[in-house]
Amino acid sequence: MFDFLHVLHLHDATVRSVLFGSLLIGATGGVLGSFAVLRRRSLMGDALAHAALPGVALAFLWTGSKSLPVLISGATCTGVLGVLLIQFITTRTRIKADAAIGIVLTVFFGIGIVLLTHIQRSLVGNQAGLDKFLFGQAASMVEDDVRVMSVMSLLIIVVVLLLYKEFKALIFDPKFLQSLGYSLQRVDLALMGLIVLTVMVGLQAVGVVLIAAMLITPAVAARFWTERLHVMVVLAAFIGGLSGASGTFLSAQAPRVPTGPVMVLVATGLFVLSGLLAPRRGLLARWRRQRSNVLRERRHHFLRALVVLQERSDNAPRFRVDELVQELGWERRRVAGEARRLRRLHLVDCRDGHVQATAQGLAEGTFVVKSHRLWEHYLVYRDIVNADHVDRPADEVEHLLTPDILERLEEILQRDHGIDTERVVDIHGRGSQYRPAGRERNEVGT
Amino acid sequence: MTDASRPDGAPQDVEGASRPNASAGASTGDSIEASINQAADPSTDSPSIQLLPDLDPASIPIRIHDMTIAYHRKPVLWDVDLDVPEGQLVGIVGPNGAGKSTMILAIMNLVPKASGWVRIYGKPYQEMRRIVGYVPQRESVDWDFPISALEVVTMGRFGHVGWIRRPSKQDKQLAHEALEKVGMGEYAHRQISQLSGGQQQRVFLARALAQDAKVYLMDEPFAGVDAATERAIIDILMELRAQGKTILVVHHDLQTVTRYFDWLIMLNMRVVASGPTEEVFNDTTLNKTYGGRLTVLSQAAQAVQDYERGRG
Repeated sequence: MFDFLHVLHLHDATVRSVLFGSLLIGATGGVLGSFAVLRRRSLMGDALAHAALPGVALAFLWTGSKSLPVLISGATCTGVLGVLLIQFITTRTRIKADAAIGIVLTVFFGIGIVLLTHIQRSLVGNQAGLDKFLFGQAASMVEDDVRVMSVMSLLIIVVVLLLYKEFKALIFDPKFLQSLGYSLQRVDLALMGLIVLTVMVGLQAVGVVLIAAMLITPAVAARFWTERLHVMVVLAAFIGGLSGASGTFLSAQAPRVPTGPVMVLVATGLFVLSGLLAPRRGLLARWRRQRSNVLRERRHHFLRALVVLQERSDNAPRFRVDELVQELGWERRRVAGEARRLRRLHLVDCRDGHVQATAQGLAEGTFVVKSHRLWEHYLVYRDIVNADHVDRPADEVEHLLTPDILERLEEILQRDHGIDTERVVDIHGRGSQYRPAGRERNEVGT
Repeated sequence: MTDASRPDGAPQDVEGASRPNASAGASTGDSIEASINQAADPSTDSPSIQLLPDLDPASIPIRIHDMTIAYHRKPVLWDVDLDVPEGQLVGIVGPNGAGKSTMILAIMNLVPKASGWVRIYGKPYQEMRRIVGYVPQRESVDWDFPISALEVVTMGRFGHVGWIRRPSKQDKQLAHEALEKVGMGEYAHRQISQLSGGQQQRVFLARALAQDAKVYLMDEPFAGVDAATERAIIDILMELRAQGKTILVVHHDLQTVTRYFDWLIMLNMRVVASGPTEEVFNDTTLNKTYGGRLTVLSQAAQAVQDYERGRG
């Protein structure tokens, strides 16, 4: 273990501070990204970063200095200019935001590349290091850089904490916030300003091309796990920080692999995991829910068929698979499979080619049948559908009716329509209490 | 920019339709009977708009004077003169695009006015915003936002809390009480997308209650709610009225107008009628509000927009 750390240079103060720097960048990106994504400004971050490139080059050409504050200032100038240009285009012409972002992003990036190439050609020897702004090189951060970045990150986080309430309301319901006397422009400007700063802080380590991912990916990953904004922000900071630090760490192991892409890959890995595994919003959870709905529906239909067959045959308890096939309209294989599944659940017994519901299965089947019939009656008596159309809508809803709802249905049908709900049968069938001509209309709902 | 959006020349050119109620503004001394008679006679174009000229302005919850609103240079509300009396449940009805929501936003100064002014108890909105509560249209927000019902209601306190400061324990307590009041106490910590449409509407109402206002502006609080919620909401509105509060409600269901509202504003790009519901709600005003007669006004609005576009 000690050897391992030694190989990774973790004992080295510089390496440690670089790691700390990228952790901060990732965390800050996650925090601001949460707001940016919810406000649908995530592509703005992308435009901002790309538009920052010419600023880096110009700042260098102007001052000849490669110190981080100078380059970041230049980057901020052109970045903000780019965003303003996008806003100008969208408000003053009919061009929509996505097209405007596309235009501005590419042209600024193009200018940036031209300038970088120019610097590379004309000032040989001095240019090394500027191209790291393309894809990011965390390892090139010196301790001074890390100090600058730490202070900026801290500042950003403090402002977010102070304006958390305003940001939340701005994104959820801007008109309401405005009606309370808050200036939307100011809150929005503060948020945009923080997003700008966040992008600029991460520029050197992640690079202009990919930094948008450090805004978007951790935030979207965090959203899968929670329904609360403050939890989302903290989680996104955690995911961002983890991707930042481990990205830097991994890219340091293989020389000349830029940091940005590795960070983004780690963040994306966490995003995919979140998307699959998150308990409520995740894909697997969703599939599981759908699957269990399908299975419940199948079980209900099967048990209902048993109860209906029993009614029809004067309480014969057992039925051949053929009879069930005919009643359900399913393939024989599915009927047999379902019978086996329900036997495992102790809802039916299967013996010599016959199926019989257990007491438990019978109870559930009776409940389903009653739900179906009460719901049918309700729909017809409330004029919601015609009697001859009622089967399908009832089919869709009966699986979802709870005993509570059923009780209310019974109450309504008894009170308003004089239906004996204990004796309710198939609305189309023999002995039905349904009398089309005599039914009342236009009752007020409850 | 917005001031330029109402050229003096353009509207007057259009059949004189532009200032249908200018005379009503001048003749506010007329008796109520006179305005009713005018409304009853379909041949006159004079609207029945009841103003309250004799009252002290500081006792009138909402007074709108000569207000015109334009969106993207297209006028959507023309020359609105209105007084809303205190302690009444006031309905605003009118067809789609009549400017109902715009009027509410304009009262709160949230859309630029081409002309005119609004006073809340005699003062500009900016000074009175703490006594105004607002319920926006339910569809105006993203209900998948990661936030709980209680957090939404707590926003009602933000106007009292102020910049940077956090809502206090007392604010949260008030928010909780507001939720209880609309029968949503047990849903306080639910995420808002897990609520039904009616429940979401109740949350919005609770947020307005948490504002603890004297004047409430509500944009379609009954839209898409179940009967039980409608009942619950109207009960609360009537309770607010009993406390002397004034409630302005954008409403769609003409069936319930006479049952719900003491005072009615009928709107179709201009104020067609405004007064006690039983006096202004009749076939004539309904015809004027929902009939095709006002299309000339929207044509004029279009003409103004085209003119402005050509100029700008």
